[in-house]
Amino acid sequence: MSAYFNYWAVFALMLLGLYATIASDNLVKKVVGLNIFQTSVFFLFITMGKVGGGTAPIADSQYTLYSNPLPHVLILTAIVVSVATTALALALVIRIRESYSSIEESDIQAEDEAQP
Amino acid sequence: MNQWPVIQILLPLIAAPLCALVTREKFAWALAAIITWGALVVAIVLNSQVLEQSPISYQLGGWAPPWGIELRIDSLNAMLLLLITGIAAVVITAARESIRKEIDEEKIPLYYTAYLLLLASMIGICITGDAFNVFVFLEISSLSTYALIAMGRDRRALIATFRYLIMGTIGATFILISIGLLYQLTGTLNMADLAERLPALHGNRVMQAAFGFFILGVSIKVALYPLHYWLPNGYTYAPSVVSAFLAGTATKVSLYVMLRFIFGIFGVDFSFEVIQVQHVLMPMAVAGILVGSMAAIYQDDIKRVLAYSSVAQLSYIVLGISIASETSLTASVVHIFNHGLVKSALFLCVAAMVYSVGSSKLEDLSGAAKRMPWTVAAFAVAGISLVGVPLTAGFITKWYLILAVIEYGWWPLAMVLVISSLMAVAYVWRVLDYLWFKPMSEKVAAHGARPPRTILIPAALLSFTCIYFGIDTGVTLGAADRVVQALLGATP
Repeated sequence: MSAYFNYWAVFALMLLGLYATIASDNLVKKVVGLNIFQTSVFFLFITMGKVGGGTAPIADSQYTLYSNPLPHVLILTAIVVSVATTALALALVIRIRESYSSIEESDIQAEDEAQP
Repeated sequence: MNQWPVIQILLPLIAAPLCALVTREKFAWALAAIITWGALVVAIVLNSQVLEQSPISYQLGGWAPPWGIELRIDSLNAMLLLLITGIAAVVITAARESIRKEIDEEKIPLYYTAYLLLLASMIGICITGDAFNVFVFLEISSLSTYALIAMGRDRRALIATFRYLIMGTIGATFILISIGLLYQLTGTLNMADLAERLPALHGNRVMQAAFGFFILGVSIKVALYPLHYWLPNGYTYAPSVVSAFLAGTATKVSLYVMLRFIFGIFGVDFSFEVIQVQHVLMPMAVAGILVGSMAAIYQDDIKRVLAYSSVAQLSYIVLGISIASETSLTASVVHIFNHGLVKSALFLCVAAMVYSVGSSKLEDLSGAAKRMPWTVAAFAVAGISLVGVPLTAGFITKWYLILAVIEYGWWPLAMVLVISSLMAVAYVWRVLDYLWFKPMSEKVAAHGARPPRTILIPAALLSFTCIYFGIDTGVTLGAADRVVQALLGATP
């Protein structure tokens, strides 16, 4: 159990994030949930790259055990993507608020149904 | 080294930010149009090269795979490149007039920027031989799609985009998890290398989890029922030419990813014998065919009719994939190509009608044929191809799909295909009935006029190809044959 602590944490965060995304009515909370979900995946990648007791992969005769840097690099890219997605989502929320004067999904739905 | 593969991506990718710097709408359009037609030329060159030597491998930065990123073109992605760049080129020719009417002028250069980014990223998804690269390009394409849909005039475009963003991001993240697990298992991201190492791991639970995450993620991207929720609103409220571009290309690229991962990475044995994914995909596809066709009959907006019909048509392709026989895969591959052309043609005709009438509601468009006979005629031609009347492109795929089903003696499935074709007759006829025979609506009477030739000619051109590829089937079937041989032969 403790050996896989990180994976359990990833799993918990993933479900938490997905639940928040699906269950909240507030659009900003949805975006927050989405962020938690994505972060859990970053956590997964970082965990798999880390070797216990390993250092950064710098060629030096002192060290023989290295962590794998590739997953970390991949996740840098994924973080950039996630930041862009969040920015776009928040920009959309602002424009939704401007035209619907609400960011609650149920209000928006009611407004759309009232006005075909 | 042959530089064409990298030029194919770089051309639109470099032009995109340049487009954002241009302030005049005219120049932005000209730049985007030249680049898009250039991309089509490159795709044609690559296609002729693939015929001689397949696959073409390009090492980015000179780093040999599996360490470096590889661009890899075989007959499957060469065909998709041709489809994507071809539709992009035709649509952008028609886009200028339509966009000027539907988008505020200061945003138009940004529209072309997003358009080029979308083109570049879809090319990237198809061309790359690296699994992680697929994720990155997938996200670029999603982000630019969100921006394009949100440019729609109706405020409902915003909420449609937001919902698409939530679902699309969840889907892409699932694909990312899958790629992460595969890397953890094999230590490689190169597709060809993955395909070599994975067969040894068939019983492995992590590999099965990776497959599950992938199928779920890609099903959202493909808009497979019941995960299709984002598609109808997205296509309905997006600017008309955006719908034309997306309907022909975006979901087809996701289907390509599905084909590539199932056959090229996980392998036929694993997907269809160890996991038996057909038991998941087939019911979902059948439900999608029936629900999508049924929903299309009851819509009051012409774009929404076409969007639900897309849900049904995409399910045909997934059904072909799930059967995984030579005939059914031929049907799927040809249908990716044919349906891309048909849907783009239909949406371009709609763009022409929306241009002059200013609405896509069926009631507002009734009697439109009296004012714009050629547009409606082009719509009708593409429409009968959608139904699958003999001598049209749609017929070939339905024929092959039914043959594939009968090979296994699955008569109920054959019945589903026939019933859904009848439903397609119903929804296409209902639209044509409004356009042709109903009395002219006030809007058509007030604004109805022949749409500009720049929209009409591209739309008619695409409609013509729907007939052309229905009569001259040698080109598409020949290409599909090579693709299917490669797909099924890729795994031992």
